[in-house]
Parts: sequence; C-alpha cells; structure tokens
Amino acid sequence: MPALGALPIAGLAVFYAWPFATLLGRVLRPSSIGDTLHSPGIGRAIWFTCWQALVSTVLTMAVGFAPAYVLARYRFRGRRAALAIVTVPFMLPTVVVGAAFLALLPDGWHGTAAAVVLAHVFFNVAVMVRLVGAMWAVLPTDLTAVARTLGASPGQVLRHVVLPLLRPALYAAASVVFIFTFTSFGVVKLLGGAKHSTIEVEIARRATQLGDIDGAAVLSVVQLIVLAVVVWWSARWQRRAQHTFTAGHSTRRPRSRSERRGVALVMAITVAAMVAPIAVMTARSFRTSSGWSLTPWRTLGANEVRPGISLGVDPLGSLAVSLRYAALATVISVVFGGLAALTIASARRHGRLLDAGLLLPLGTSAVTIGLGMLITFDTGPFDWRAAWWLPPVGHALVAIPFVVRSLLPTLSSIGADQRLAAVTLGASPLRAWWEVEVRRLPAPLLSAAGFAAAISLGEFGATTFLTRSGRDSMPIAIDRLLGRTGAVPHAQAFALATVLFVLTAAVVAVADRQEADDARRA
Amino acid sequence: MKRWISCIAFTASAVGLVACSDDGATTPATVTLVAYDSFPTEKTPLNDALATFTDDTGITVKIVTAGDAGAMVSKAALTAGNPEGDVMWGVDNTLLSSAVDAKIFDGEPTQVDFGDVCVNYDIEYFTQHQLQPPTTLDDLTQPEYKDLLVVENPATSSPGLAFMLATIDKYGDAGWTQYWGTLRSNGVEVVDSWETAYYERFSGSGGSSGDKPLVVSYASSPPAEVVFADPPIDTAPTGVATNTCFRQKEYAGVLRGSRHHEAAQQLVTFLTGETFQRTLPLTLFVYPVNGKITLPEVFTKFAAVPTNPYSMDPVRIAENRESWQEQWTQTVIG
Repeated sequence: MPALGALPIAGLAVFYAWPFATLLGRVLRPSSIGDTLHSPGIGRAIWFTCWQALVSTVLTMAVGFAPAYVLARYRFRGRRAALAIVTVPFMLPTVVVGAAFLALLPDGWHGTAAAVVLAHVFFNVAVMVRLVGAMWAVLPTDLTAVARTLGASPGQVLRHVVLPLLRPALYAAASVVFIFTFTSFGVVKLLGGAKHSTIEVEIARRATQLGDIDGAAVLSVVQLIVLAVVVWWSARWQRRAQHTFTAGHSTRRPRSRSERRGVALVMAITVAAMVAPIAVMTARSFRTSSGWSLTPWRTLGANEVRPGISLGVDPLGSLAVSLRYAALATVISVVFGGLAALTIASARRHGRLLDAGLLLPLGTSAVTIGLGMLITFDTGPFDWRAAWWLPPVGHALVAIPFVVRSLLPTLSSIGADQRLAAVTLGASPLRAWWEVEVRRLPAPLLSAAGFAAAISLGEFGATTFLTRSGRDSMPIAIDRLLGRTGAVPHAQAFALATVLFVLTAAVVAVADRQEADDARRA
Repeated sequence: MKRWISCIAFTASAVGLVACSDDGATTPATVTLVAYDSFPTEKTPLNDALATFTDDTGITVKIVTAGDAGAMVSKAALTAGNPEGDVMWGVDNTLLSSAVDAKIFDGEPTQVDFGDVCVNYDIEYFTQHQLQPPTTLDDLTQPEYKDLLVVENPATSSPGLAFMLATIDKYGDAGWTQYWGTLRSNGVEVVDSWETAYYERFSGSGGSSGDKPLVVSYASSPPAEVVFADPPIDTAPTGVATNTCFRQKEYAGVLRGSRHHEAAQQLVTFLTGETFQRTLPLTLFVYPVNGKITLPEVFTKFAAVPTNPYSMDPVRIAENRESWQEQWTQTVIG
C-alpha cells in the first residue's frame, strides 16, 4: 500500500526537511560561521559538552554494571518491580529529573558539573540495565562454566569470556548514553548554572536570550556533524563486535547466603538511588521557609508573588496546555507513525528509505527541530508561529521515530506467506491487508500512543522555541518557576514536577504493560 | 485567510480533534500588552489606570508577561511580524537598537519612563562597621569593600548588563575588563538574576537573609523598601552609591503584525498620558517621562538622583553587546 506512505512523506518534507533546509541556508553564509566559531563562549560550550558526555557515559556504565548483572542473572521476589523502578527514570521528562536533583542536592552543588553528571547517570542507568542486561540474560552459561573448570578466576572469566561476549551490547549502550548526554538540554539548563552549558543549551540561549539566530544555526549544525560521526563510528564498532552464540537461558535464584546478600545489597542501593531524588522533590513541594505547608499546592492556581506582581506563570493552566498538546501530539504521531510503519513493512526496499527518513528527526536534537520550525514558518501563508498546534507538531516529530520502532516488529513478523494464504483463501488483497496487518495493530498502537504521550508531556527543547507567552506547557512552567526567587515558587515548581512525574509514570506504565502483554503473547 | 490555509493544511492530519481556533482577530475590543515579568498584572494603581482606559474606549487590555526584558525582546525578534501581542512595554535602551533592527515595532517606539541602575548599600552594615559606604566605581575595588558586593550576570540580567555598560562607559574599551579583573580579585559575587541578588544575597532588603551589604539594583530601590516595609518604617534602610549609575530608558510601541493597529496605537498614547504615568513611580519605581507629573513624596525623599549617570549610544550597545558579554564571562567567571 505505497499510497499510504504519501502522507508521512509529505509531513516529513514540510515539518522536517524544509525547516532543516532553512537552517542550513542560514549557516552557509560564511560570515556567520566565522563569527560564531570564533567567539570564546562557543569553544567552552563544545568542550564542556564533550567531556561531560564522556564522563557521564563512563560513570553510567560503571554504576549500571552491577544492577544490570543482578537483574539479568537472578530471579528473586520483586525483580519485576525493581526492573520497572530502574527503567522509569529514562522515560521521565528532563525537567523533572533536573528539578529532582535541584531538590536533592545541597545549594552548593547547584550549577556544578558534578550535579549535571549525577543527574545524567540517574537518567541513563536504565539504558545499561535494559540493553546490556538483555544480552547478559541470554549468555550461555556453559562457556563460563568451561572457563571456570579450566581454572580461570572469576575476574579472568569476566575479562576474557563475559565482556567480549557482551561487547556489542556495551557499545550500543555506550553510544546511546553518549548521544543522550551530548544533546542534554533540560538537565543542563536547570543544573548547569551560568558556567556550564552544552551546545544544546547554548543554541537556545543564543536564539532566545541574545537573538543571535545565525550563531544558533551554526551551532546546531556543528552538533549534528559531531552526532553523525558518533553514530557512524558506533555502528561500525557494533558491527565489528558482532558474533553469534547459542542463546542460553540462565536466570536462576541466588543460591548461597552471600549471593542472596549480594543481590539484596545491589538492588537496595539501586532502588534507593532511583527513588530518592523523586521522593525528596515531592517532600520539598510541601516545604516553605516557614516549615511544612500545603501552601505551594494550594496556591498552584494563583500566581501572585508580591501585591500585583504575578509569577508570569500559570501552573494549573500549564497542566491543561500540556494535556491538550499531548492529546494532539499522540494522535498525529500515531496516525503518521502508523501509516509510515505500514508503508515500511509492505514496501520492503523503498520502505527502508522512509524508515531512515523518519529516524532523522531522532538524530536531530529537539532544540534544532524547534529552532528550524520557528525560523521557517514565519512568512506569508506559512506563518504558523502563533498557531496553537505548532508545539504538538514539534512533539510529534520527536515521537514518530519511537512510534515506528514500536510498531515495526509486529508488522515485520507478518510474512508475505500469511497475506498470500489469506488471498488464496479468497480474500481480496485489500481485505487480506486489513485482516492480516491492520487488525493486529491495536495493541502495539496503544503502547506506541503511550510513549508518544509521555514524550509530548515532557518535551522541553523544541517547546522552548515553539511556545507562546501565556501558553506555557508544564515543563516550561516548571523551568520558569525555578527561575524565580523565593521558597514558594520553587516549592510550586517541585509540586508541578511531581504532578508531571505521576502523569508520565502512569502513561509509561500503560504503554509498558501493553508491551509486556505483547511479549508474553508472542 | 492565513488562518484558513493553516487550518486546512492541518485538519488533513488531525481530523476531528481540531476545531480551527480563531485567534481573536474578530474581537478588536481586546489588545494584548506584552511586558516583562515584574510588570503588575492586577490590583495595583497601574492596573486601575488601565481600567479607566477600558472604561473610556471600550478596549480591554490583556497583560501577558514574557520573561525578563532580554528574553522578552529576543522572543519578540523571533516572532517579529506575528507577535505575541499588540503593544510591547519595557524595551530599554540597552536592547532598543537590537529590537529596532529585528523590526519588531511598527514605526518608532516611544519612551515611557527612565531610571538608574546603581550600587545600593545596606546602611545598617556600614554604620555597624564604622565604614564609609562606597560612592564610585573605583571605590568598589578597594580592600575595605572586599567580599561585600553582589552583581547580576550581564548575560542573563538587564540591570547586570546596565552595570557592565557603566563600567565600559567609564573605563573604555581598553580598561573595563581590567577593572572587572580587579573586582573579581576583590571578591565580587555573581548571580543570575536581580531577584536573587536583591532578595536573597543582599543584606539590606526587607526579609532577606543575605549577607552582602552591596548590590547592583536601582536608584529607586530605597523608596520601594519604604513602601513595601512590613511593619512600616519612615527612613530607608538602604542607600545609593550615586556615582555608579547607568541611565536606563524604557520604551513602548505597537508590535509589527498587530491585528488591532488602531486600538494598539490608542493604548500607547494612553501609556504616555498623565493618568497612567502618574502610577509609575510607586508601581514600577521608575520616573515618568511625562513632565506634568508631580512625584510622590516617598519617591522624592528616598530615591537618589545621580547628577551625571553613565550612558551609552544604543547603536554602540547593539554592535558590541554580545562580544562584551563574552569578554565579561571570560574575565569574571571563566
């Protein structure tokens, strides 16, 4: 059904390719490249972006190693819950994580690189647990057993047998974490202070604080080039490290007492570390300078700081805005993503091109998407800057790759033979397509919708550009509240971030459950 | 027409969910005033004055706050031609030239008020320590004022920017970074916003727990302390170093692309008229440009009037602002 592909392709062309071309057009003026790259602030931002991403990645790998191992290898009571708790941070909005660490860390840590790195580790341990854990869970135990029999120490087994086998997953996890921390926006904006900004934060600062669009455009292209190199390089390494082995199934209960203790200790520390920031943030939403109080929650709708001076933020209004954005973004990304997935699955070869095209927005940072859209849709009949639907369209661009990813496995598992069988049994081609492919979609669609909604609820980078004053979404409102002085606005920010956390966690839980059900049925 | 095209383009993708919203174009009875965060939105004499405008003309004024002055102007530049409102209040002379270059206004913006950014001091601290408060920029580098001053980052705060411009006006291109180098070794503290500097770090403001007796604020901050004091006081707890001031002028104008041009123009005229201007000293703590206004007593009594404030040509500011901000960052926090 290639005709179906026309809609996602058109959408991609209008809302991604065109803004991207506009951005490139801005950059290709030689003067703007020179001016931007020569200003010293840029060098500092690029340097900080690189080193914090590297340190965050290495630390995440180190910290995530033990929980990944324990969750992959052992069966114990509460394992599923622990796995869920470790996974949730990865789906959380960046402003929630930023706010949680502002609440958790003492004031002296605010604005430090250490705070940024810690929050990044919190965010990304899930990647380690999920990606490396998945591989670890199916490593054949006979290889390690043989090595042990031959006299290898546990350290030697780890170094010479386990790590080499895990290498593809380790590379994959490392590159995912690197890319996420390299393009980190919300966490760095909230925790980095005036001294530390990533390229992503610098792009936004130039465009929205200094009005230097050309500089912002140059930076977003610089970032894109670095990302492309990282992706290419990591794909190469992953390919090289690939090997085959017979998957085993090696999960077992901890046997000895020391094993039980080890498992309990690792899980206790991990779960505590995952829960603490959110718990402290929630607690601090009940705290003002005069002690425990419901005031921040009670005044969430009223926004006066001094007589007549409002906060400029309507916390409750932002909830309504966010829900509306999420609803529209979900519909768009499910419709477009669903059609794209169907097209990719049925038109195998050309489908790959569309697949790659739809992945592009994923490789492009959210801030770049927002900036591109804002400077593109500003003339004539395409002046959509005031359109209320522009932010959710930006959210959908960010979400569609995920939607396609979560639908494709189901669709690809349907072989041509099934469709052929249906036709042979007398169904028209259209009927066969409907019965065999479309009708199988609702379950994965629901989970895709959940992820799209979660992404939209937390989207911050693109929204920074596309939002209009007086129509703030929750992440924007949280950021603005944290930017104000005083205990009450901060507590209100923590309260609002708690609401956003609960919303996102609920949506992710629905999506995740659906996925788990699918997995069981498969 | 515009709206229709975008609606059609869009309805194709999200049938059923979208009711094409009318952005209020058919109700010229409301104009939107875009202002910075510290502009009062309700319950002050200023808002009462706006209500009389509504009574007289039938035009309702909706106030939208859009961040601090810098963020507001940058956002206006990004949305030039399709603005977030009809009238903008509060573009100051440090941002004026960039705003005009970005074509955010329809015609020339009008000056609406002025004020001075100056170093303020906590009178009690200096009395207790038997120390003369500083009066000039040079004084601030003296060892007796070591670790006493808190300033705002000029890259994120407009009083911070104004204060940096004062030092550039005074010491020139050749000497100003050196001056800041000396301030740095004399223990100057930098924070991101005026609110943090004044309400959290400065020791002289009402209810503050700060420990810095010197802060970059406004020449009109002392009367504000008296007006907002709870319980009431009859002398200002803070004073102004009158030779450290930079003159700020604020402008208002009709935004290009406003759909209610005439009503917007009417509002701008009203903003410079007596009824509205009279409310400025005690709401925004700035001086009205309208010469017919008698200043309230608390204002004439406690606000400092610097005789010869520093100033700078807006064009020079627009040309150099960014590179100055970067040099400053390198010198002071780099």
